[in-house]
Amino acid sequence: MASFIDFRNPPGSDRRADDWIRANSEPIWVRRVLIGILLLFFILFLGMPLLVIFQGALAMGVQTFLTTFTDDNILHSVQITLLVALIAVPSNAAFGVAAAWAVTRYRFTGRALLLALIDLPLWVSPVIGGLIYVLIYGRRGYLGPWLQEHDIRIIFALPGVIMATTFVTFPFVARSLIPLMQAQGCEEEEAALTLGASGFQILRRITLPKIRWGFFYGVILCNARAMGEFGAVSVVSAKVSGMTNTMPLEIERLYNDYLFASAFAVASALSMLALITLVLKSIAEWANERQLVAGQKVLLEATINTTQIHPAA
Amino acid sequence: MSQKRHILPGFRTSLGWTVTWLSLIVLIPLAALIGKTASGGWLHFWQTVTDPQVVASYRVSFGISLIAALLNGIFGFLAAWIFARYEFRGRLLLEAATDLPFALPTAVAGIALTALYSPNEWFGKLLLPFGIRIAFTPIGVLIAMTFIGFPFVVRTLQPVISELSADLEEAAACLGASRWQTLRRVVLPPLLPALLTGVIMAYGRAVGEYGSIVFISGNIPYKTEITPLMIFSKLEQYDYTGAAAIGFVMLAASLLIVLLGNSLQSWGNRFRKSS
Repeated sequence: MASFIDFRNPPGSDRRADDWIRANSEPIWVRRVLIGILLLFFILFLGMPLLVIFQGALAMGVQTFLTTFTDDNILHSVQITLLVALIAVPSNAAFGVAAAWAVTRYRFTGRALLLALIDLPLWVSPVIGGLIYVLIYGRRGYLGPWLQEHDIRIIFALPGVIMATTFVTFPFVARSLIPLMQAQGCEEEEAALTLGASGFQILRRITLPKIRWGFFYGVILCNARAMGEFGAVSVVSAKVSGMTNTMPLEIERLYNDYLFASAFAVASALSMLALITLVLKSIAEWANERQLVAGQKVLLEATINTTQIHPAA
Repeated sequence: MSQKRHILPGFRTSLGWTVTWLSLIVLIPLAALIGKTASGGWLHFWQTVTDPQVVASYRVSFGISLIAALLNGIFGFLAAWIFARYEFRGRLLLEAATDLPFALPTAVAGIALTALYSPNEWFGKLLLPFGIRIAFTPIGVLIAMTFIGFPFVVRTLQPVISELSADLEEAAACLGASRWQTLRRVVLPPLLPALLTGVIMAYGRAVGEYGSIVFISGNIPYKTEITPLMIFSKLEQYDYTGAAAIGFVMLAASLLIVLLGNSLQSWGNRFRKSS
């Protein structure tokens, strides 16, 4: 069990080094107890729910688990989930790049307000994300009578589900790009401009490669939320199986119908998505940091070179 | 808006796109929420938002979230401290697992927590002999709210702990302070703004949370019903103005929470720069 490696106090160091460590760290037994408490918390609080999902999915045997995914309604919910993500994620990704470009490359009045408004969907209840569209497009909403006259259905239909999902996933890509592009600065873009590149060329050749890991990170998180959103879409979906039910809504239906094995089977598929998301996210974070550090190193060397050439500057 | 500052091309295109999309998805729909609330009139608004059942839901959504946020403060601090300061096998795995509540769909978390804490399963069965019921009681709501808010404190606090320099702690130790005194007097004060910011973010998330709570809460009127659920019940009765009124209250509350969090964050940033 002696698996605690203290990087400030490597094994084999003498006692004096050990005494020095005590000045800015806790005694080893305190550290072990704290790590033990945290481990217990993680297992009981984060690990067990995951275990229960997979246990519940396989409780009735692998056969039942597999037949769940041949059910027409469940297959349909998978298709709806993929379709919704396929529309919501790219549109929010494009928005994210445009917003991050505007906010980090220019100074203009209302910039702080714009930043706050981009964040807004993260802070309101997802249920409000569904409610606002019902108030506009619902039967008694502002456009309700007109839509009914023209026989267009948005609420309790696919467009409503897509809009609500777009609302709750709205800030993800922009939020992951803005601090990154702020840190990177725009020297390379300006250099490209002086060399005669067009705006689109700068975006494609300079900016997008520079931000690719941050972009990937944002898209991953946006996608996870889009496929897993429940609160907002349950307001705007008719909750009729085989119609506009996404996978999370299908889980609710199966659960309320006491079809627990099927509910947990669908839940386990979404849990796998969550686990994959966590892995990809960790990779993106690591790669992004490396890219940023490498970029800063290049920048630092460039600065050193310039100051050597022009000491006065 | 001087022309000189816009060196790079694409200002109009990027800002135009941003504002258009923002208006279509966020601003116009939110304006509709405010418009619908106003169209019901002051009396209807007041009656809706002070209805005893709705008021009882505030106690759950705003009261229990507060306890959940404080619990997250304690466990989040512990996790952030350990991740920033201690090195042990499996640390990276735990760090990656911290974000599980963000990545796991809320409905999935909801049914998993319910299955764990129902009286005849897993933890529920263990606790039943002691007369403790968790699912379908306010304690169940507390557990769900703590679950979904957990990553916030860790994420805001961990970078700040990593930034702390060991010099101050060593100086305190040299001057004869015990480790506990050093932690309380030297380490904790600069961490306080980040800790509070994290707690407030967790609070804001728990206040608006729906998916992970509705399964475990059992939705018992006056006891475990949350405010977002009240919006559903108004919509089911086609009471759009009522639903909008409750939505408006939640929107205003979220706004206050965010403003509080932001001002704390800028206070903390000033603190970090000055030290």
